[in-house]
Amino acid sequence: MGTILRLHDLSKAFGAVTVADALSYEVQEGEALGVIGPNGAGKTSMFNLITGTLRPSHGRVEFDGRDVTTMSPARRSHAGIARSFQVPQPFSGMTVFENAMIAATQSAGLYGHHAERFCIEVLDQTELLPKANAQAASLTLLERKRLEMTRALCAKPKLLLLDEIAGGLTEAECSSLVQTIKSIHAGGVTIIWIEHVVHALMAVVERLIVIDFGKKIAEGEARAVMESPEVKEIYLGIEADA
Amino acid sequence: MDWLNAIVQGTLLGGLYVLFAAGLSLIFGVMRLVNIAHGDLIVLGAYLGLTVTTTVGLHPLAALVIVVPAMGLIGYALQRGLLNQTLGDDLLPPLLVTFGLSVILQNGLLELYTADPQKMDAGALETASVTVGGLTLGVLPLLTFGFAVAVIWGLQWTFYRTGLGRAFRAVSDNQDIAQLMGLNRRHIFGLAMALALAVTAIAGILLGIRTSFDPSIGGGRLIFGFEAVIIGGLGNLWGTLAGGVILGVAQTLGAKIDPGWQILSGHLAFLIILAIRPNGLFPRIAA
Ligand SMILES: Nc1ncnc2c1ncn2[C@@H]1O[C@H](COP(=O)(O)OP(=O)(O)OP(=O)(O)O)[C@@H](O)[C@H]1O
Ligand SMILES: [Mg+2]
Repeated sequence: MGTILRLHDLSKAFGAVTVADALSYEVQEGEALGVIGPNGAGKTSMFNLITGTLRPSHGRVEFDGRDVTTMSPARRSHAGIARSFQVPQPFSGMTVFENAMIAATQSAGLYGHHAERFCIEVLDQTELLPKANAQAASLTLLERKRLEMTRALCAKPKLLLLDEIAGGLTEAECSSLVQTIKSIHAGGVTIIWIEHVVHALMAVVERLIVIDFGKKIAEGEARAVMESPEVKEIYLGIEADA
Repeated sequence: MDWLNAIVQGTLLGGLYVLFAAGLSLIFGVMRLVNIAHGDLIVLGAYLGLTVTTTVGLHPLAALVIVVPAMGLIGYALQRGLLNQTLGDDLLPPLLVTFGLSVILQNGLLELYTADPQKMDAGALETASVTVGGLTLGVLPLLTFGFAVAVIWGLQWTFYRTGLGRAFRAVSDNQDIAQLMGLNRRHIFGLAMALALAVTAIAGILLGIRTSFDPSIGGGRLIFGFEAVIIGGLGNLWGTLAGGVILGVAQTLGAKIDPGWQILSGHLAFLIILAIRPNGLFPRIAA
Protein backbone atom coordinates (compact mmCIF):
# COMPACT_ATOMS: atom_id res chain seq x y z
CA MET A 1 0.00 0.00 0.00
CA GLY A 2 1.71 3.15 -1.22
CA THR A 3 0.86 6.79 -1.03
CA ILE A 4 -1.65 7.66 -3.76
CA LEU A 5 -1.99 11.38 -3.15
CA ARG A 6 0.41 13.85 -1.65
CA LEU A 7 -0.36 17.55 -1.24
CA HIS A 8 2.82 19.43 -0.55
CA ASP A 9 2.69 22.96 0.86
CA LEU A 10 -0.27 24.04 -1.33
CA SER A 11 -1.30 27.68 -1.19
CA LYS A 12 -3.97 29.60 -3.03
CA ALA A 13 -5.89 32.81 -2.34
CA PHE A 14 -8.69 34.71 -4.08
CA GLY A 15 -7.79 38.28 -3.19
CA ALA A 16 -8.10 38.46 0.58
CA VAL A 17 -9.74 35.04 0.87
CA THR A 18 -7.21 32.29 1.54
CA VAL A 19 -8.55 28.91 0.40
CA ALA A 20 -5.33 26.93 0.86
CA ASP A 21 -2.60 27.88 3.27
CA ALA A 22 0.54 25.75 3.17
CA LEU A 23 -1.68 22.68 3.02
CA SER A 24 0.12 19.34 3.20
CA TYR A 25 -1.12 15.81 3.76
CA GLU A 26 -0.92 12.33 2.30
CA VAL A 27 -3.53 9.75 1.44
CA GLN A 28 -2.68 6.05 1.34
CA GLU A 29 -3.97 3.71 -1.32
CA GLY A 30 -7.26 2.11 -0.30
CA GLU A 31 -7.84 4.58 2.52
CA ALA A 32 -11.02 6.54 3.24
CA LEU A 33 -10.20 10.03 4.47
CA GLY A 34 -12.81 12.43 5.82
CA VAL A 35 -12.55 16.22 5.56
CA ILE A 36 -14.47 18.60 7.77
CA GLY A 37 -14.34 22.34 8.37
CA PRO A 38 -16.62 25.35 8.56
CA ASN A 39 -18.37 26.88 5.55
CA GLY A 40 -15.96 28.72 3.30
CA ALA A 41 -12.94 26.99 4.85
CA GLY A 42 -11.60 25.99 1.43
CA LYS A 43 -12.66 22.33 1.29
CA THR A 44 -14.20 22.46 -2.20
CA SER A 45 -11.26 24.59 -3.33
CA MET A 46 -8.96 21.82 -2.13
CA PHE A 47 -10.80 19.40 -4.46
CA ASN A 48 -10.44 21.93 -7.28
CA LEU A 49 -6.70 21.97 -6.63
CA ILE A 50 -6.57 18.17 -6.72
CA THR A 51 -8.60 17.85 -9.95
CA GLY A 52 -6.79 20.72 -11.65
CA THR A 53 -9.63 23.20 -12.15
CA LEU A 54 -7.70 25.44 -9.78
CA ARG A 55 -3.93 25.99 -9.95
CA PRO A 56 -2.06 26.60 -6.70
CA SER A 57 0.04 29.73 -6.39
CA HIS A 58 2.54 27.66 -4.47
CA GLY A 59 3.15 23.99 -3.75
CA ARG A 60 2.76 20.60 -5.46
CA VAL A 61 0.14 17.94 -6.04
CA GLU A 62 1.49 14.42 -6.51
CA PHE A 63 -0.80 11.64 -7.63
CA ASP A 64 0.11 8.00 -8.07
CA GLY A 65 3.82 8.79 -7.91
CA ARG A 66 3.70 11.65 -10.42
CA ASP A 67 3.77 15.42 -10.03
CA VAL A 68 0.46 16.49 -11.58
CA THR A 69 0.53 20.14 -10.48
CA THR A 70 0.54 21.49 -14.04
CA MET A 71 -1.53 18.70 -15.60
CA SER A 72 -4.91 19.58 -17.17
CA PRO A 73 -8.15 18.38 -15.54
CA ALA A 74 -8.75 16.05 -18.50
CA ARG A 75 -5.37 14.35 -18.09
CA ARG A 76 -5.79 14.05 -14.33
CA SER A 77 -9.11 12.38 -15.01
CA HIS A 78 -7.36 9.89 -17.31
CA ALA A 79 -4.79 9.34 -14.58
CA GLY A 80 -7.55 8.23 -12.19
CA ILE A 81 -8.96 11.19 -10.26
CA ALA A 82 -12.75 11.60 -10.26
CA ARG A 83 -15.05 13.76 -8.19
CA SER A 84 -18.64 14.49 -7.34
CA PHE A 85 -19.90 18.04 -6.97
CA GLN A 86 -21.42 19.59 -3.88
CA VAL A 87 -24.12 21.08 -6.12
CA PRO A 88 -24.86 18.28 -8.63
CA GLN A 89 -23.84 19.27 -12.14
CA PRO A 90 -25.14 16.64 -14.54
CA PHE A 91 -25.15 17.13 -18.31
CA SER A 92 -28.78 18.07 -17.99
CA GLY A 93 -29.77 17.70 -21.63
CA MET A 94 -28.58 14.09 -21.67
CA THR A 95 -29.95 10.91 -20.17
CA VAL A 96 -28.56 9.31 -17.02
CA PHE A 97 -27.03 6.56 -19.15
CA GLU A 98 -25.41 9.04 -21.53
CA ASN A 99 -23.97 10.93 -18.56
CA ALA A 100 -22.42 7.69 -17.35
CA MET A 101 -21.17 6.81 -20.84
CA ILE A 102 -19.27 10.10 -21.16
CA ALA A 103 -17.20 9.19 -18.10
CA ALA A 104 -16.78 5.54 -19.13
CA THR A 105 -15.66 6.31 -22.69
CA GLN A 106 -13.76 9.56 -22.24
CA SER A 107 -12.20 9.11 -18.84
CA ALA A 108 -11.93 5.35 -18.36
CA GLY A 109 -11.26 4.86 -22.08
CA LEU A 110 -13.76 2.00 -22.52
CA TYR A 111 -15.36 1.28 -25.88
CA GLY A 112 -18.70 0.10 -27.24
CA HIS A 113 -20.30 -2.81 -25.41
CA HIS A 114 -17.61 -2.86 -22.72
CA ALA A 115 -18.46 0.72 -21.85
CA GLU A 116 -22.20 0.04 -21.90
CA ARG A 117 -21.93 -3.05 -19.74
CA PHE A 118 -19.70 -1.26 -17.27
CA CYS A 119 -22.13 1.68 -17.01
CA ILE A 120 -24.98 -0.70 -16.35
CA GLU A 121 -23.00 -2.38 -13.56
CA VAL A 122 -22.23 0.97 -11.93
CA LEU A 123 -25.82 2.19 -12.32
CA ASP A 124 -26.93 -0.98 -10.62
CA GLN A 125 -24.52 -0.39 -7.76
CA THR A 126 -25.63 3.23 -7.33
CA GLU A 127 -29.29 2.18 -7.66
CA LEU A 128 -29.97 4.42 -10.65
CA LEU A 129 -30.54 1.66 -13.18
CA PRO A 130 -34.34 2.15 -13.25
CA LYS A 131 -33.66 5.78 -14.21
CA ALA A 132 -31.08 5.02 -16.90
CA ASN A 133 -33.12 6.51 -19.72
CA ALA A 134 -34.46 9.51 -17.81
CA GLN A 135 -33.23 12.98 -18.70
CA ALA A 136 -30.75 14.10 -16.04
CA ALA A 137 -32.69 17.35 -15.66
CA SER A 138 -35.72 15.41 -14.41
CA LEU A 139 -33.98 13.76 -11.43
CA THR A 140 -34.67 14.39 -7.75
CA LEU A 141 -31.90 15.63 -5.46
CA LEU A 142 -31.03 12.14 -4.20
CA GLU A 143 -30.97 10.85 -7.77
CA ARG A 144 -28.74 13.72 -8.84
CA LYS A 145 -26.35 12.94 -6.03
CA ARG A 146 -26.37 9.32 -7.12
CA LEU A 147 -25.70 10.43 -10.68
CA GLU A 148 -22.72 12.46 -9.45
CA MET A 149 -21.38 9.29 -7.87
CA THR A 150 -22.23 7.16 -10.91
CA ARG A 151 -20.35 9.44 -13.25
CA ALA A 152 -17.36 9.54 -10.94
CA LEU A 153 -17.33 5.73 -10.66
CA CYS A 154 -17.75 5.23 -14.41
CA ALA A 155 -14.41 7.02 -14.78
CA LYS A 156 -12.87 3.95 -13.01
CA PRO A 157 -11.10 6.20 -10.51
CA LYS A 158 -8.19 5.26 -8.30
CA LEU A 159 -9.11 8.26 -6.16
CA LEU A 160 -12.74 9.25 -5.62
CA LEU A 161 -13.48 12.73 -4.28
CA LEU A 162 -16.93 13.17 -2.72
CA ASP A 163 -18.07 16.71 -1.93
CA GLU A 164 -20.92 16.87 0.59
CA ILE A 165 -22.74 14.08 -1.15
CA ALA A 166 -24.97 13.46 1.89
CA GLY A 167 -26.00 17.09 2.31
CA GLY A 168 -29.71 17.84 1.95
CA LEU A 169 -30.82 14.21 2.07
CA THR A 170 -33.33 12.67 4.46
CA GLU A 171 -32.09 10.26 7.13
CA ALA A 172 -33.20 7.21 5.11
CA GLU A 173 -31.68 8.49 1.89
CA CYS A 174 -28.50 9.28 3.73
CA SER A 175 -28.10 5.82 5.21
CA SER A 176 -28.71 4.11 1.86
CA LEU A 177 -26.06 6.38 0.35
CA VAL A 178 -23.65 5.45 3.15
CA GLN A 179 -24.15 1.78 2.28
CA THR A 180 -23.30 2.49 -1.34
CA ILE A 181 -20.16 4.41 -0.40
CA LYS A 182 -19.08 1.61 1.93
CA SER A 183 -19.43 -0.92 -0.85
CA ILE A 184 -17.40 1.29 -3.21
CA HIS A 185 -14.70 1.63 -0.58
CA ALA A 186 -14.74 -2.10 0.04
CA GLY A 187 -14.09 -2.50 -3.70
CA GLY A 188 -10.69 -0.90 -3.17
CA VAL A 189 -11.28 2.70 -4.29
CA THR A 190 -9.44 5.36 -2.29
CA ILE A 191 -11.89 8.00 -1.08
CA ILE A 192 -11.62 11.55 0.19
CA TRP A 193 -14.99 12.67 1.49
CA ILE A 194 -15.89 16.24 2.49
CA GLU A 195 -19.00 16.14 4.64
CA HIS A 196 -20.93 18.25 7.12
CA VAL A 197 -23.17 15.30 8.01
CA VAL A 198 -20.63 13.97 10.47
CA HIS A 199 -22.38 10.77 11.50
CA ALA A 200 -22.52 9.64 7.86
CA LEU A 201 -18.85 10.42 7.48
CA MET A 202 -17.89 8.60 10.66
CA ALA A 203 -19.61 5.46 9.39
CA VAL A 204 -17.12 5.23 6.52
CA VAL A 205 -13.83 7.03 7.12
CA GLU A 206 -10.94 5.88 9.27
CA ARG A 207 -9.02 9.12 9.32
CA LEU A 208 -10.09 12.76 9.43
CA ILE A 209 -8.53 16.11 8.64
CA VAL A 210 -9.95 19.45 9.69
CA ILE A 211 -9.55 22.57 7.57
CA ASP A 212 -10.17 26.17 8.54
CA PHE A 213 -9.18 29.25 6.53
CA GLY A 214 -7.37 26.94 4.12
CA LYS A 215 -5.17 25.58 6.91
CA LYS A 216 -5.05 22.02 8.19
CA ILE A 217 -5.75 22.46 11.89
CA ALA A 218 -6.14 18.81 12.92
CA GLU A 219 -5.45 15.36 11.49
CA GLY A 220 -5.67 11.85 12.85
CA GLU A 221 -7.85 8.89 13.72
CA ALA A 222 -11.44 9.96 13.11
CA ARG A 223 -12.85 9.66 16.62
CA ALA A 224 -9.83 11.20 18.28
CA VAL A 225 -10.03 14.19 15.93
CA MET A 226 -13.73 14.67 16.64
CA GLU A 227 -12.95 14.73 20.36
CA SER A 228 -10.09 17.22 19.99
CA PRO A 229 -10.46 20.74 21.41
CA GLU A 230 -9.83 22.40 17.99
CA VAL A 231 -12.79 20.63 16.47
CA LYS A 232 -15.02 21.17 19.49
CA GLU A 233 -14.30 24.85 19.24
CA ILE A 234 -15.25 25.06 15.56
CA TYR A 235 -18.20 22.74 15.80
CA LEU A 236 -19.41 24.11 19.13
CA GLY A 237 -23.04 23.14 19.30
CA ILE A 238 -23.02 21.59 15.83
CA GLU A 239 -23.26 17.83 15.47
CA ALA A 240 -22.00 17.47 19.06
CA ASP A 241 -23.58 14.01 19.18
CA ALA A 242 -21.38 12.64 16.41
CA MET B 1 -50.83 25.74 -60.01
CA ASP B 2 -48.55 28.73 -60.36
CA TRP B 3 -48.54 29.28 -56.64
CA LEU B 4 -48.01 25.60 -55.91
CA ASN B 5 -45.13 25.68 -58.35
CA ALA B 6 -43.63 28.69 -56.53
CA ILE B 7 -43.91 26.90 -53.18
CA VAL B 8 -42.29 23.73 -54.50
CA GLN B 9 -39.48 25.64 -56.22
CA GLY B 10 -39.02 27.66 -53.04
CA THR B 11 -38.75 24.49 -50.97
CA LEU B 12 -36.05 23.18 -53.27
CA LEU B 13 -34.23 26.55 -53.15
CA GLY B 14 -34.50 26.32 -49.38
CA GLY B 15 -32.37 23.16 -49.59
CA LEU B 16 -29.40 25.34 -50.58
CA TYR B 17 -30.03 27.67 -47.63
CA VAL B 18 -30.20 24.69 -45.32
CA LEU B 19 -26.74 23.69 -46.53
CA PHE B 20 -25.51 27.26 -45.92
CA ALA B 21 -27.01 27.14 -42.43
CA ALA B 22 -26.17 23.62 -41.21
CA GLY B 23 -22.52 24.39 -40.39
CA LEU B 24 -23.45 27.60 -38.57
CA SER B 25 -26.09 25.78 -36.57
CA LEU B 26 -23.69 22.98 -35.64
CA ILE B 27 -20.92 25.34 -34.53
CA PHE B 28 -23.24 27.54 -32.54
CA GLY B 29 -24.82 24.49 -30.92
CA VAL B 30 -21.53 22.94 -29.82
CA MET B 31 -19.42 25.96 -28.85
CA ARG B 32 -21.67 29.07 -29.01
CA LEU B 33 -19.39 30.48 -31.67
CA VAL B 34 -20.89 32.85 -34.22
CA ASN B 35 -18.73 32.44 -37.26
CA ILE B 36 -18.80 35.64 -39.35
CA ALA B 37 -16.49 34.02 -41.91
CA HIS B 38 -18.93 31.20 -42.61
CA GLY B 39 -20.15 32.69 -45.91
CA ASP B 40 -16.59 33.19 -47.12
CA LEU B 41 -15.78 29.60 -46.17
CA ILE B 42 -18.68 28.52 -48.40
CA VAL B 43 -17.11 30.55 -51.21
CA LEU B 44 -13.74 28.98 -50.42
CA GLY B 45 -15.41 25.59 -50.84
CA ALA B 46 -16.70 26.69 -54.24
CA TYR B 47 -13.24 27.85 -55.36
CA LEU B 48 -11.62 24.64 -54.14
CA GLY B 49 -14.23 22.79 -56.17
CA LEU B 50 -13.43 24.94 -59.18
CA THR B 51 -9.71 24.24 -58.85
CA VAL B 52 -10.28 20.51 -58.55
CA THR B 53 -12.65 20.40 -61.55
CA THR B 54 -10.38 22.46 -63.78
CA THR B 55 -7.03 20.90 -62.83
CA VAL B 56 -8.06 17.26 -62.34
CA GLY B 57 -10.96 17.40 -64.76
CA LEU B 58 -13.46 15.88 -62.36
CA HIS B 59 -17.20 16.48 -62.48
CA PRO B 60 -18.07 18.99 -59.69
CA LEU B 61 -20.03 16.35 -57.77
CA ALA B 62 -17.09 13.95 -57.97
CA ALA B 63 -14.90 16.79 -56.68
CA LEU B 64 -16.81 16.50 -53.40
CA VAL B 65 -14.68 13.46 -52.64
CA ILE B 66 -11.63 15.72 -52.47
CA VAL B 67 -13.11 19.04 -51.34
CA VAL B 68 -15.17 17.68 -48.42
CA PRO B 69 -12.20 16.11 -46.59
CA ALA B 70 -9.98 19.07 -47.53
CA MET B 71 -12.41 21.52 -45.95
CA GLY B 72 -12.70 19.22 -42.95
CA LEU B 73 -8.94 19.37 -42.44
CA ILE B 74 -8.96 23.14 -42.87
CA GLY B 75 -11.74 23.32 -40.27
CA TYR B 76 -9.83 21.27 -37.71
CA ALA B 77 -6.64 23.30 -38.23
CA LEU B 78 -8.54 26.59 -38.11
CA GLN B 79 -10.23 25.68 -34.85
CA ARG B 80 -7.13 24.36 -33.11
CA GLY B 81 -4.78 26.98 -34.49
CA LEU B 82 -6.94 30.07 -34.18
CA LEU B 83 -10.54 29.93 -33.02
CA ASN B 84 -10.00 27.93 -29.80
CA GLN B 85 -7.85 30.80 -28.55
CA THR B 86 -10.77 33.21 -28.88
CA LEU B 87 -13.33 31.22 -26.91
CA GLY B 88 -14.18 32.28 -23.38
CA ASP B 89 -16.83 34.12 -21.43
CA ASP B 90 -16.55 37.16 -23.70
CA LEU B 91 -18.50 36.91 -26.97
CA LEU B 92 -16.61 39.72 -28.69
CA PRO B 93 -13.19 38.11 -29.46
CA PRO B 94 -14.59 35.29 -31.64
CA LEU B 95 -16.78 37.79 -33.52
CA LEU B 96 -13.81 40.08 -34.19
CA VAL B 97 -11.47 37.26 -35.14
CA THR B 98 -13.94 35.59 -37.52
CA PHE B 99 -14.71 39.00 -39.01
CA GLY B 100 -10.98 39.43 -39.61
CA LEU B 101 -10.84 35.95 -41.08
CA SER B 102 -13.66 36.90 -43.44
CA VAL B 103 -11.67 39.89 -44.71
CA ILE B 104 -8.54 37.78 -45.12
CA LEU B 105 -10.41 35.05 -47.01
CA GLN B 106 -12.06 37.53 -49.39
CA ASN B 107 -8.80 39.26 -50.19
CA GLY B 108 -6.90 36.01 -50.45
CA LEU B 109 -9.44 34.66 -52.95
CA LEU B 110 -9.31 37.94 -54.84
CA GLU B 111 -5.53 37.63 -55.17
CA LEU B 112 -5.66 34.01 -56.24
CA TYR B 113 -8.70 33.93 -58.49
CA THR B 114 -9.34 37.64 -59.37
CA ALA B 115 -12.75 39.29 -59.12
CA ASP B 116 -14.06 37.69 -62.32
CA PRO B 117 -17.23 35.68 -61.77
CA GLN B 118 -16.62 31.93 -62.03
CA LYS B 119 -18.89 28.99 -62.45
CA MET B 120 -18.51 25.24 -62.25
CA ASP B 121 -19.59 23.22 -65.24
CA ALA B 122 -21.79 20.29 -64.29
CA GLY B 123 -22.83 19.53 -67.87
CA ALA B 124 -26.29 18.11 -68.49
CA LEU B 125 -27.09 18.06 -64.77
CA GLU B 126 -27.57 21.83 -64.83
CA THR B 127 -30.49 21.75 -67.24
CA ALA B 128 -31.96 18.30 -66.59
CA SER B 129 -35.48 18.25 -65.22
CA VAL B 130 -38.28 15.86 -64.37
CA THR B 131 -42.01 16.43 -64.53
CA VAL B 132 -44.02 15.41 -61.49
CA GLY B 133 -47.77 15.95 -61.44
CA GLY B 134 -47.58 18.78 -63.92
CA LEU B 135 -44.69 20.51 -62.17
CA THR B 136 -41.30 20.74 -63.83
CA LEU B 137 -38.55 20.23 -61.26
CA GLY B 138 -34.86 20.77 -61.93
CA VAL B 139 -32.71 17.75 -61.14
CA LEU B 140 -30.03 19.98 -59.60
CA PRO B 141 -32.44 21.66 -57.13
CA LEU B 142 -33.89 18.23 -56.30
CA LEU B 143 -30.41 16.89 -55.70
CA THR B 144 -29.56 19.92 -53.55
CA PHE B 145 -32.64 19.39 -51.45
CA GLY B 146 -31.78 15.71 -51.12
CA PHE B 147 -28.28 16.67 -49.91
CA ALA B 148 -29.82 19.10 -47.43
CA VAL B 149 -32.12 16.49 -45.89
CA ALA B 150 -29.32 13.92 -45.85
CA VAL B 151 -26.91 16.36 -44.17
CA ILE B 152 -29.41 17.34 -41.47
CA TRP B 153 -30.35 13.71 -40.90
CA GLY B 154 -26.68 12.72 -40.77
CA LEU B 155 -25.79 15.47 -38.29
CA GLN B 156 -28.81 14.62 -36.16
CA TRP B 157 -27.81 10.96 -36.17
CA THR B 158 -24.22 11.86 -35.27
CA PHE B 159 -25.42 14.04 -32.40
CA TYR B 160 -27.79 11.56 -30.82
CA ARG B 161 -26.51 8.14 -31.83
CA THR B 162 -22.72 8.25 -31.70
CA GLY B 163 -20.01 8.69 -29.10
CA LEU B 164 -18.73 11.75 -30.92
CA GLY B 165 -22.18 13.32 -30.76
CA ARG B 166 -22.39 12.53 -27.05
CA ALA B 167 -19.09 14.32 -26.60
CA PHE B 168 -20.39 17.30 -28.64
CA ARG B 169 -23.45 17.50 -26.41
CA ALA B 170 -21.42 17.14 -23.22
CA VAL B 171 -19.07 20.04 -24.03
CA SER B 172 -22.04 22.05 -25.24
CA ASP B 173 -23.82 21.39 -21.94
CA ASN B 174 -20.93 22.14 -19.59
CA GLN B 175 -17.35 22.50 -20.80
CA ASP B 176 -15.77 22.46 -17.35
CA ILE B 177 -17.46 19.26 -16.25
CA ALA B 178 -16.77 17.66 -19.61
CA GLN B 179 -13.05 18.31 -19.11
CA LEU B 180 -13.17 16.74 -15.68
CA MET B 181 -14.63 13.67 -17.39
CA GLY B 182 -11.53 13.47 -19.56
CA LEU B 183 -12.82 15.29 -22.65
CA ASN B 184 -10.35 17.51 -24.43
CA ARG B 185 -12.62 20.35 -25.47
CA ARG B 186 -10.06 21.81 -27.90
CA HIS B 187 -10.03 18.54 -29.83
CA ILE B 188 -13.83 18.18 -29.69
CA PHE B 189 -14.27 21.75 -30.96
CA GLY B 190 -11.77 20.98 -33.73
CA LEU B 191 -13.84 17.96 -34.78
CA ALA B 192 -17.03 20.04 -34.70
CA MET B 193 -15.49 22.67 -36.98
CA ALA B 194 -14.16 19.93 -39.27
CA LEU B 195 -17.67 18.53 -39.60
CA ALA B 196 -19.15 21.99 -40.14
CA LEU B 197 -16.70 22.83 -42.90
CA ALA B 198 -17.20 19.44 -44.53
CA VAL B 199 -20.87 20.40 -44.85
CA THR B 200 -19.81 23.86 -46.02
CA ALA B 201 -17.86 22.20 -48.85
CA ILE B 202 -21.08 20.57 -50.10
CA ALA B 203 -22.84 23.94 -49.88
CA GLY B 204 -20.03 25.67 -51.78
CA ILE B 205 -19.95 23.18 -54.62
CA LEU B 206 -23.71 23.13 -55.10
CA LEU B 207 -23.69 26.94 -55.01
CA GLY B 208 -20.94 27.03 -57.61
CA ILE B 209 -22.85 24.72 -59.95
CA ARG B 210 -26.08 26.67 -59.54
CA THR B 211 -24.84 30.21 -59.99
CA SER B 212 -21.72 32.16 -60.80
CA PHE B 213 -19.66 33.28 -57.85
CA ASP B 214 -16.87 35.70 -57.03
CA PRO B 215 -14.87 36.38 -53.84
CA SER B 216 -17.31 39.02 -52.59
CA ILE B 217 -20.51 36.99 -52.28
CA GLY B 218 -19.78 35.34 -48.90
CA GLY B 219 -21.59 37.97 -46.88
CA GLY B 220 -24.91 37.33 -48.61
CA ARG B 221 -24.62 33.56 -48.08
CA LEU B 222 -23.85 34.19 -44.41
CA ILE B 223 -27.06 36.23 -44.05
CA PHE B 224 -29.20 33.52 -45.67
CA GLY B 225 -27.60 30.90 -43.44
CA PHE B 226 -28.15 33.01 -40.33
CA GLU B 227 -31.76 33.66 -41.20
CA ALA B 228 -32.43 29.96 -41.72
CA VAL B 229 -30.79 29.07 -38.38
CA ILE B 230 -32.66 31.75 -36.47
CA ILE B 231 -36.05 31.09 -38.07
CA GLY B 232 -35.69 27.41 -37.15
CA GLY B 233 -34.53 28.10 -33.60
CA LEU B 234 -31.01 27.95 -32.18
CA GLY B 235 -29.52 24.55 -31.56
CA ASN B 236 -32.19 22.58 -33.43
CA LEU B 237 -30.99 20.93 -36.63
CA TRP B 238 -34.43 19.91 -37.90
CA GLY B 239 -35.48 23.49 -37.12
CA THR B 240 -32.67 24.68 -39.38
CA LEU B 241 -34.10 22.52 -42.18
CA ALA B 242 -37.52 24.13 -41.65
CA GLY B 243 -35.91 27.58 -41.48
CA GLY B 244 -34.13 27.15 -44.81
CA VAL B 245 -37.30 25.93 -46.49
CA ILE B 246 -39.36 28.83 -45.08
CA LEU B 247 -36.76 31.31 -46.32
CA GLY B 248 -36.69 29.73 -49.77
CA VAL B 249 -40.48 29.65 -50.07
CA ALA B 250 -40.80 33.26 -48.90
CA GLN B 251 -38.32 34.30 -51.59
CA THR B 252 -40.02 32.50 -54.46
CA LEU B 253 -43.45 33.72 -53.38
CA GLY B 254 -42.12 37.28 -53.22
CA ALA B 255 -40.54 36.88 -56.65
CA LYS B 256 -43.86 35.64 -57.97
CA ILE B 257 -45.53 38.90 -56.95
CA ASP B 258 -42.69 41.00 -58.31
CA PRO B 259 -39.33 39.60 -59.48
CA GLY B 260 -37.53 42.42 -57.66
CA TRP B 261 -38.98 41.34 -54.33
CA GLN B 262 -37.29 37.96 -54.03
CA ILE B 263 -34.54 38.83 -51.54
CA LEU B 264 -36.62 41.46 -49.76
CA SER B 265 -39.52 39.10 -49.05
CA GLY B 266 -37.10 36.54 -47.57
CA HIS B 267 -35.81 39.17 -45.14
CA LEU B 268 -39.37 40.27 -44.38
CA ALA B 269 -40.44 36.72 -43.55
CA PHE B 270 -37.40 36.49 -41.27
CA LEU B 271 -38.29 39.73 -39.48
CA ILE B 272 -41.94 38.77 -39.07
CA ILE B 273 -41.05 35.39 -37.57
CA LEU B 274 -38.50 37.01 -35.30
CA ALA B 275 -41.08 39.57 -34.14
CA ILE B 276 -43.64 36.87 -33.33
CA ARG B 277 -41.21 34.28 -31.97
CA PRO B 278 -37.95 35.91 -30.88
CA ASN B 279 -36.34 32.51 -30.24
CA GLY B 280 -37.30 31.13 -33.62
CA LEU B 281 -39.86 28.44 -34.32
CA PHE B 282 -38.30 25.42 -32.62
CA PRO B 283 -35.58 26.60 -30.20
CA ARG B 284 -33.52 24.07 -28.22
CA ILE B 285 -31.19 26.52 -26.56
CA ALA B 286 -32.63 29.28 -24.39
CA ALA B 287 -31.52 32.65 -25.72
N1 LIG C 1 -13.39 31.08 -8.00
C1 LIG C 1 -13.45 31.79 -6.86
N2 LIG C 1 -13.25 33.12 -6.89
C2 LIG C 1 -13.32 33.84 -5.75
N3 LIG C 1 -13.58 33.33 -4.54
C3 LIG C 1 -13.78 32.00 -4.45
C4 LIG C 1 -13.73 31.16 -5.62
N4 LIG C 1 -13.98 29.89 -5.23
C5 LIG C 1 -14.17 29.94 -3.90
N5 LIG C 1 -14.05 31.20 -3.42
C6 LIG C 1 -14.16 31.61 -2.04
O1 LIG C 1 -13.26 30.85 -1.30
C7 LIG C 1 -13.79 30.49 -0.04
C8 LIG C 1 -13.72 28.99 0.14
O2 LIG C 1 -14.64 28.38 -0.75
P1 LIG C 1 -14.86 26.81 -0.79
O3 LIG C 1 -15.95 26.56 -1.73
O4 LIG C 1 -13.58 26.13 -1.03
O5 LIG C 1 -15.34 26.52 0.70
P2 LIG C 1 -15.88 25.20 1.35
O6 LIG C 1 -14.98 24.87 2.47
O7 LIG C 1 -16.11 24.15 0.33
O8 LIG C 1 -17.27 25.72 1.92
P3 LIG C 1 -18.69 24.98 2.05
O9 LIG C 1 -18.64 24.14 3.27
O10 LIG C 1 -19.65 26.12 2.21
O11 LIG C 1 -18.90 24.21 0.82
C9 LIG C 1 -15.20 31.04 0.00
O12 LIG C 1 -15.19 32.25 0.71
C10 LIG C 1 -15.53 31.28 -1.45
O13 LIG C 1 -16.42 32.37 -1.58
MG1 LIG D 1 -17.71 23.24 -0.48
